[in-house]
Amino acid sequence: MLKITDLYAQVDGYEILKGINLDVKAGEVHAIMGPNGSGKSTLSNVIAGREVFDVTAGNIFFQGEDISKLSVEERAAKGIFLSFQYPVEIPGVKNTVFLRAALNAQRKLQGEEELDTAEFLRLVKEKAKLVGLKPELLSRSVNDGFSGGEKKRNEILQMAVLNPSLAILDETDSGLDIDALKTVAEGVNGLRSSDRAIIVITHYQRLLDYIVPDHVHVLSGGKIIKSGDRSLALELEQKGYGWLTGAAQGEVTLPSV
Amino acid sequence: MKEQERNQEIKDLTKKKYEFGFVTNIESESLPPGLNEDTIRAISKIKNEPQFMLEWRLDAYAKWLKMSEPSWANVKYPPIDYQDIIYYSAPKQDKDKPQSLDEVDPELLATYEKLGIPLHERAALAGVAVDAVFDSVSVATTFKDTLAKHGVIFSSFSEAVHNHPELIEKYLGSVVPTTDNFFAALNAAVFSDGSFVYIPEGVRCPMELSTYFRINSLNTGQFERTLVIADKGSYVSYLEGCTAPMRDENQLHAAVVELVALDDAQIKYSTVQNWYPGDIDGKGGIYNFVTKRGKCAGKRSKISWTQVETGSAITWKYPSCILQGDDSIGEFYSVAVTNNHQQADTGTKMIHLGKNTKSTIISKGISAGKSQNTYRGLVRVNPKAINARNYSQCDSLLMTDECGAHTFPTMQIKNNSAQIEHEATTAKIGEEQMFYCQQRGLSEEEAVSLIVSGFCDEVFKELPMEFAVEAKKLLEVSLEGAVG
Repeated sequence: MLKITDLYAQVDGYEILKGINLDVKAGEVHAIMGPNGSGKSTLSNVIAGREVFDVTAGNIFFQGEDISKLSVEERAAKGIFLSFQYPVEIPGVKNTVFLRAALNAQRKLQGEEELDTAEFLRLVKEKAKLVGLKPELLSRSVNDGFSGGEKKRNEILQMAVLNPSLAILDETDSGLDIDALKTVAEGVNGLRSSDRAIIVITHYQRLLDYIVPDHVHVLSGGKIIKSGDRSLALELEQKGYGWLTGAAQGEVTLPSV
Repeated sequence: MKEQERNQEIKDLTKKKYEFGFVTNIESESLPPGLNEDTIRAISKIKNEPQFMLEWRLDAYAKWLKMSEPSWANVKYPPIDYQDIIYYSAPKQDKDKPQSLDEVDPELLATYEKLGIPLHERAALAGVAVDAVFDSVSVATTFKDTLAKHGVIFSSFSEAVHNHPELIEKYLGSVVPTTDNFFAALNAAVFSDGSFVYIPEGVRCPMELSTYFRINSLNTGQFERTLVIADKGSYVSYLEGCTAPMRDENQLHAAVVELVALDDAQIKYSTVQNWYPGDIDGKGGIYNFVTKRGKCAGKRSKISWTQVETGSAITWKYPSCILQGDDSIGEFYSVAVTNNHQQADTGTKMIHLGKNTKSTIISKGISAGKSQNTYRGLVRVNPKAINARNYSQCDSLLMTDECGAHTFPTMQIKNNSAQIEHEATTAKIGEEQMFYCQQRGLSEEEAVSLIVSGFCDEVFKELPMEFAVEAKKLLEVSLEGAVG
């Protein structure tokens, strides 16, 4: 589904990704872990096509197609979804209006018919229930005045409605208490399927207790320095990142929020 | 050569975006350019005005001669040669003003059709009566008979001078006196037409009233006057729209609007201003120097201004409320959009005189291109105005690195019981917001339009439905390709 080869990227002249290789197949869940500043968020932004990042070398293939030259919205319409670490507020724009505009824009790009209001509302209400988002938040402005947990649930709601082939969850666990974490994880697990791939980016292994990955990668200094199965995450929890990166262990146990 | 062609192409493209830039070919009668007492006598004579009107005009002219053009606004333009302007221009017609729509020149009807304002009542927007002002004169007023049944007077200003001189004499200049400012004095001297509205006691006006202003002739200034009187316990919603052809020369529009609300009366006045803004290099466009003021003369009266300002090369405009009656309410909701080289200096004045008066100011400025957008406001609470309350909110949104947003709020509070709140924000349209929207599948244009309409939501909510839709569309056109 997603194949990244020897990817280099920089922002404002600083090289952040220094040769990433990654192969994610349909049906798989990959976890990308690593200390702060290792390039995790950059990687997710680069896959989504954010323009402030310059890709200086390497390729990103999605479903066999090189998407390196595609715009952000074209990649979105192809089925790449990014759940933001810090979801953005859009005052004055109703949550449902935003989501419907997004869904219909994607459908249009894919040559599908737009969904009418009634169909859309039925879909969004059903999915809101699934991810545990309070119904009244649907008619509020996008993320405006939402709590941290509500914002993250709203991201998962958008994901459920937009129904992507590849979902990248960037630090979805940050700012969530354990109950919120559980519902969000349930929402994500509900979307696991054989034709969808999920990349979970996280600092802590805690989230992986609920969203169990098939593969775990450790990103450090802009490179994947170790890959393994779920046991790698557990090992990291015990030993810290210093074990792999050579840094002092205490440093990496600082909370990231 | 090639580059020239390309530049021309770009120019044409940007010009195209102003949808209403066409010129109507119609024979018109104009006075020669220039301004002196004779010009004023001529205008008054053409309009066959009673003596009091001529005297009022001449008095205003004498005062204007002693005044100087205001220079405090945050706008720049070359000096205006007032002798170079044509002060009266009207489509030629046989002797008298047409008595019914069937007698109106078909060219004129076609013009308004093209502007989306059909004047034939069967085709007109249901529930909206229109007074169509073309250059210096009102060419048609629709639904007059329907309104007359309710006692509502809605006519051109010229007609009102003849049919209701007592109302004109009583209220003309009662809110904006001739000496108020340079442009108001000029308007008083030379104004040629406009709209007049009177809502009788206890009547809720059964339809929206609207004036559509169109400047057509070259080198002509438009000086119109609107007077709205809402008698005790009445209600009226009034809409105003404006367009002009695209020309390389600047044209002056110096209007005056006066509103009077008596006890328990309510006036809701909405404007969608779409004068030609000039081209991408700032050439041409309308100078929109307008004085709008409402007086809440009666107890518990309410005046509400809503404006969406997208056009004009320069906007100089402060729709204000004098809260004279006890418990009266003044509101100002504004969206001002500037792009390319446009300059806007706009805001409001809320003058609290009566007891328990309340005012609300919501101003949204959007700057794009190399434009400058200024909010200027005054909240004054006089010593006797006990328990006055004001809430002001001024938000600015910047679309590029080359534009500017400025806020000049002034507060003069002379009574300790006043409660005054002011909030202001300035934000650049965020790369993060854009990325978020685009990641969800929206194109750049869709994302901008969504973010901007969200930003303006509080103001759009105040507009009558059909105007809100138009305003949103207008905003999209004004800001096409505006993110930098």
